[in-house]
Amino acid sequence: MRRLTPETRWAYTFLLPWLIGLVVFQVGPMIASLVLSFTDYDLIGPPEFAGTANYARMTEDPKVARAIGNTVVYTLLHVPLAIALALALALVLNRITGRAAGVFRTIFYLPSMTPYVAVGVLFLFLLNGQAGMINQFLGLFGIEGPQWTTDPDWVLPGIVLMSLWNLGSTTIILFAALRNVPRELSEAAMIDGAGTWQRFRAVTLPMISSALFFVVIINTITSLQMFDQVYTMFFGNQTAQQSYGDAALFYVVYLFQQGFQFLHMGYASALAWVLFLVIAAITLVQVKVGNRLVYYEAEERAG
Amino acid sequence: MTAAEPIQAAVQAAPARTEAAPPADPAGRGTGKVFFLTVLAAASVIFLYPFVWLVVASLKPRDRTFTDPFLPWPVPFRPENYAAVWDAAPMLAWLVNTVVVGVAAALTVTLSSAFVAFGFAYFRFPGRNLLFGSVLATMMLPAAVTLVPTFLIWNAAGLTGTQVPLWAGNLFGSAFYIFLLRQFLLGVPRYVFEAARVDGASYFDLFWRIALPLSRPALIIAFIFELKASWFDLMKPLIYLQDPALYTLPRGLKAVVDQFYQGGDPKWEIVLAAGVITTLPLIVIFFLGQRYFVQGIATTGRRG
Repeated sequence: MRRLTPETRWAYTFLLPWLIGLVVFQVGPMIASLVLSFTDYDLIGPPEFAGTANYARMTEDPKVARAIGNTVVYTLLHVPLAIALALALALVLNRITGRAAGVFRTIFYLPSMTPYVAVGVLFLFLLNGQAGMINQFLGLFGIEGPQWTTDPDWVLPGIVLMSLWNLGSTTIILFAALRNVPRELSEAAMIDGAGTWQRFRAVTLPMISSALFFVVIINTITSLQMFDQVYTMFFGNQTAQQSYGDAALFYVVYLFQQGFQFLHMGYASALAWVLFLVIAAITLVQVKVGNRLVYYEAEERAG
Repeated sequence: MTAAEPIQAAVQAAPARTEAAPPADPAGRGTGKVFFLTVLAAASVIFLYPFVWLVVASLKPRDRTFTDPFLPWPVPFRPENYAAVWDAAPMLAWLVNTVVVGVAAALTVTLSSAFVAFGFAYFRFPGRNLLFGSVLATMMLPAAVTLVPTFLIWNAAGLTGTQVPLWAGNLFGSAFYIFLLRQFLLGVPRYVFEAARVDGASYFDLFWRIALPLSRPALIIAFIFELKASWFDLMKPLIYLQDPALYTLPRGLKAVVDQFYQGGDPKWEIVLAAGVITTLPLIVIFFLGQRYFVQGIATTGRRG
């Protein structure tokens, strides 16, 4: 074997913290999680081999089905709505100049500086069915608002509404991408007689497609792991026992309950691994689709 | 893992040139501009009003919490709520805990990530691209997947029930910040380092005396992002802390809402005041470090 040069040894010295962390806190736990998912483990006795019982149990557990359903519906509602709204805000921001754009950008980002627990608390009040601000606002137009926090049919739409208050980082990313679209392109299209929509569709959209694609992936992955706000609002006290609790049962909430409230560590590990595979698959599919849809400037230049 | 590509693409698509760039539409003046400003002002009201409501409601007596939601000042004014909240819950201890844990988390992750980033940026060695690819890949690893085994590690170490698990994992660097700091260090001309080498500086000197001071803006970005992340964290305190005296603010606020919102003893004004106390310090930090936040999000695509 080739001897390592002193420089290589020094390089690995600097990488050492990362390598230790990778083994101890990433790869190790991934493998441990997979192994545990084939066992029964309650933290008290040693893990007992259980074969695929945990995975079989997942397919029969109605709460898993409910949690997957809620999480998927939430993701399908949140991601397109959040990105459409953030893109609209970014486009409007891009039409004004100077300091005003910076001030508005700051305002749009402020909700993202509110800890999720505080967001959950705030929206418990705002979404209150009897007297919350949102229903009082709807009342101004003669609309009788739903019981957002107690009617099982309206819990999920209420959570989506809450999630749309947090558009700050998505807006900033898209705004930064828009600022990078070369002016000449848009001007050239205008000279060629392209209207506003045509310019957006044929120039702006392709030029920001990689940023757009990136926020779709990030927002999807984050939505699938929704926990803090929902747990604050609907779980952790007697509320969880009430019937509408399942209307807010998200996948990671259920994983947390199984692992750390019921100490079903094996079952929680199986839930975790399925989540990992789903997120990996979604990322993979989105990257494959994205490669076809996204316009990369560098490739074009390289020919 | 293929997940690396979109990150790189997004980073290339969004460099930090947000401030100086020219307006995209030269015709965006006059009547059009008035329209756009109106739209933005309306959106601003929607984004800001929940804060206004929170602060106003926290300054009203309990029986008025829900009345006059569109009145942007408290009637009647009841600042005593903020005296009562300290008695109802150990808010001050929670605030101190949050700052201590947050600074520990931010300091360790910033230093360790810079250390590793210097290794990736300065040296050329076999396996570099593969290892850096693994850094990018772990960015996509959902935290929920490693939740149970990570708990078992801290449990075996006898550290559950302490605040150590809330920050000590940061001693080993974090993919986002390693990525950010490496990009930054790649922009430092190599002769700066080589000149120091000729003068007899060790590699540690290069890191400590040159790389670290030069990457100050990127270090600040990493520090405030991690401080924010730590200030947001609910999951780890839920898992690791049992003693309320050790709670951080989010965990404490969760306890407050469980006791005083849903319980048989509703004290809404306490819940709301505690919500303001949890949120306000971060808003102040945001205003102090605003340009770093914007730059950080635009360059790394990290969700704030």
